Amino acid sequence: MSAETTTTENKKKSSGAIKRIWQVFVILSVLTIVEVVLGIIKPDFLVNTDIVNMHLLNWIFIILTIFKAYYITWAFMHMEHETSGLRRSVVWTGVFLISYIIAILLIEGYYIYDVFVNGFITWDF
Amino acid sequence: MESTTVAQTGTEGKAWGGGTPPLKASYGKLMMWFFILSDALTFTGFLSGYGLSRFKFIEEWPIADEVFNHFPFLHGVDAPMYYVALMTFILIFSSVTMVLAVDAGHHMNKKKVTTYMALTILGGLIFLGSQAWEWKNFISGTYGAIETKSGQILQFVNSDGHQIAIADFAKASERSEAVHEGSNGIWYASGNDQPSYTLDEIKAGFTDNTDLSIRTMQINENGEKTILDRAEAEKYLSERAVRVVEGANLTRNEYGPPLFADFFFFITGFHGFHVSIGIMLLIVTFFNVLVGTYEKRGSYEMVEKVGLYWHFVDLVWVFVFTFFYLV
Repeated sequence: MSAETTTTENKKKSSGAIKRIWQVFVILSVLTIVEVVLGIIKPDFLVNTDIVNMHLLNWIFIILTIFKAYYITWAFMHMEHETSGLRRSVVWTGVFLISYIIAILLIEGYYIYDVFVNGFITWDF
Repeated sequence: MESTTVAQTGTEGKAWGGGTPPLKASYGKLMMWFFILSDALTFTGFLSGYGLSRFKFIEEWPIADEVFNHFPFLHGVDAPMYYVALMTFILIFSSVTMVLAVDAGHHMNKKKVTTYMALTILGGLIFLGSQAWEWKNFISGTYGAIETKSGQILQFVNSDGHQIAIADFAKASERSEAVHEGSNGIWYASGNDQPSYTLDEIKAGFTDNTDLSIRTMQINENGEKTILDRAEAEKYLSERAVRVVEGANLTRNEYGPPLFADFFFFITGFHGFHVSIGIMLLIVTFFNVLVGTYEKRGSYEMVEKVGLYWHFVDLVWVFVFTFFYLV
């Protein structure tokens, strides 16, 4: 009796998990298609609008990518079923270190550009 | 007796008294997670290094749509990004079959695990093959370009402003290449590969085709490469051109700054290396599934751990796709 209930429960749980997998696949595909279509059309108003030194279009790409990363990590890598301790120790460590190095390197890159352009008469001779 | 073997700490039964797994994950899975975290930082290093170089050459960086515009069996058709988008789908789909294999493993369903893992390996191999094809196109190049003495890349465009290949207009002339034979001197001496057309042949062809012009690396306010007017183009070609560049290597490439090709090779190469390792791990696990190792062990956790790695590879590709091909 009890063994039977566990099997049916397992089956229910499994069909739910499989449904979630296909749902996430659809989300990831839609996000990718949106990215590719935007990348090919490159709508003028998105390219010409700048927010914090970057085209709005690029911000859209980055935000969509972070969404994709979220779905892959949470659903495919089962992060949503891990304990909050494990989740935080992996995700926050990554988030902090990665934002730190990106900020440092991009600021430095912009500085180098500045020296490159303004520090010399020309580089194109 | 007892007190001589084990020191009592008085914390037995408390959360920090030992014997409680607070993260409720096995050692192997935890270590895979922390490996993934450290590997993510390595890729961050690569991609933010790419960002730094791109910010340095913000006005000269190649436009990805113009570089990666090939599609199998469509020769000469401008297909920006379709192929990389397809590669992305292949990898995402192999991630789906992987997670289905993990799910089947939870139910000890050997047959399903076998099928899904085989599909995942297939997806990985197709992706790797696609990447090889992408590299082949990148290395051999499509159009060819001229390098100036200051290291700038000049590309050729027709009257519509579309880039054209040097082979389309260069005036081929008689040219003989001396073959160095071992009997004539030092047998291991070697020279540089000759380009398909010499600088003089390109100059002659350019003079004859008056509708052609030159495109510099400079990106104008419309986000397009600057096209010089004819008189200026002729001046550039006669005064500055020093070398013909076809395709790409680590020193120079026909697309733009050398760093562009360097980062392409290192980032996609390092990712491709991860995919190959992933395929190897998958194959080993696949055969273990076949011979029933995990059936006997009573748990398919190994499939889960390899799955974590495989999803990570997919995750990295999502970022490489965005930063290399879209942004």
